[in-house]
Amino acid sequence: MARKVVITGLGATTPIGGDVPTMWQNALKGVSGAHTLGDEWVAKYDLPVHFAARCSVPALDVLSRVEAKRMDPSTQFGVIAAREAWADSGIDEIDHDRLAVAFATGIGGVWTLLDAWDTLREKGPRRVLPMTVPMLMPNGVAAAVSLDLGARAGAHTPVSACASGTEAMHLGLELIRSGKADVVVCGGAEAAIHPMPMAAFSSMQALSRRNDDPERASRPYDVDRDGFVMGEGAGALVLEAEEHALARGARIYAELAGTSVTADAYHITAPDPQGLGATRALKAAMFDGRIQAEDVVHVNAHATSTPVGDKPEYTALRAALGSHVDNVAVSATKSQMGHLLGASGAVEAVLTVLAVYERKAPVTINLENQDPEIPLDVVTSVRDLPSGDIVALSNSFGFGGHNAVIAVRNV
Amino acid sequence: MASNEEILAGLAEIVNEETGLAPEAVELDKSFTEDLDIDSISMMTIVVNAEEKFGVRIPDEEVKNLKTVGDAVSFIANAQA
Repeated sequence: MARKVVITGLGATTPIGGDVPTMWQNALKGVSGAHTLGDEWVAKYDLPVHFAARCSVPALDVLSRVEAKRMDPSTQFGVIAAREAWADSGIDEIDHDRLAVAFATGIGGVWTLLDAWDTLREKGPRRVLPMTVPMLMPNGVAAAVSLDLGARAGAHTPVSACASGTEAMHLGLELIRSGKADVVVCGGAEAAIHPMPMAAFSSMQALSRRNDDPERASRPYDVDRDGFVMGEGAGALVLEAEEHALARGARIYAELAGTSVTADAYHITAPDPQGLGATRALKAAMFDGRIQAEDVVHVNAHATSTPVGDKPEYTALRAALGSHVDNVAVSATKSQMGHLLGASGAVEAVLTVLAVYERKAPVTINLENQDPEIPLDVVTSVRDLPSGDIVALSNSFGFGGHNAVIAVRNV
Repeated sequence: MASNEEILAGLAEIVNEETGLAPEAVELDKSFTEDLDIDSISMMTIVVNAEEKFGVRIPDEEVKNLKTVGDAVSFIANAQA
């Protein structure tokens, strides 16, 4: 019998709230975190997209100036979320050799890398800061969280584009089940609202160009969806072996019942139109958690609002859940906060855990004309989830054909 | 040409910016590593910022000889002379 893994701490900093309580209240209300960017670089480089979803609370309002200086913005967000999750877990004494970190990112320290390149060209090699390498490395955030919490059972960085945050949850579950750790701080962090990634995502036609109406640009499942909205931030969760949580009398939000990771091996960026990899991921996570289709009441969908991405996820959900998919309350929370790339899976995991714990499904905004090819029961105003035993799923898919799914059960 | 007092004040400002230490804590007889707890990465950042502020060059092989704040003030004053 595998060790049961539960979730005992939550943290987040996002475009719709700088902490979990604020984010959750807004997620139930239905707000948009997307706004026109005031940065001079938007006009300077004539970027085709003029808006994004920035974190509602700047990292420098939370961290001290000196500690922030040594962290890339992505790491700043990750450390803020991890500290909130850790405090929320109430853990005060722990064997630090049994505490691990699995903290993901999609892109890593892109601000640091490009700032250093600008400095090199403008001022020469002497002015490139000695902290550049530890700040730009993709494991920087996992390392910073490990250092901050004294986690010595390993600090891991799953990197699978927009599936990274969910893959961190998968890895965390495996670390506890296999006995390598008792507690794992899992999460994802991203800070890529920089002109270069904005230009690169634009050039692949992935971003919405609704410049005249940013708040209504992220519209998963709507017939007029035209791309995702770049977001930023971090989410963090404390995963704990059930016996460890019970022994200290912890408040338990939910069980992380099952997880999975699969690969499409179909195309480097395009999703498999049949959603076969996603279907296998859904089925594998359900099998892993001993879950029947009928147990599932809620899905936090990947649903980025791209014309090509939203439909294969529906196809996969129908393939995995059968006709029961019609009874499932689906939330597309990227409609509110945009796409946090490697952090999205972690933030959505936080929302999925709260949905099970509070028995409420968060809101999908901007759904005006639902795509008739995606007949899901989309939650557009806050909805109660049923009493009794329930399971919620959260999906994440990433460029490279990465699929990751988590299944969360009430306790 | 900055006086030794001006160099000390400028250095204290750079140290404060990098480490958050109060500028008053940056005194001539203080050791960068022992007293001020400045690691090698911070030290290199301080050195580069001091070069820019005082218009001097502090060669990498000199940095290890700058044990105290006073050593750094003297080096910068001599380099400016």
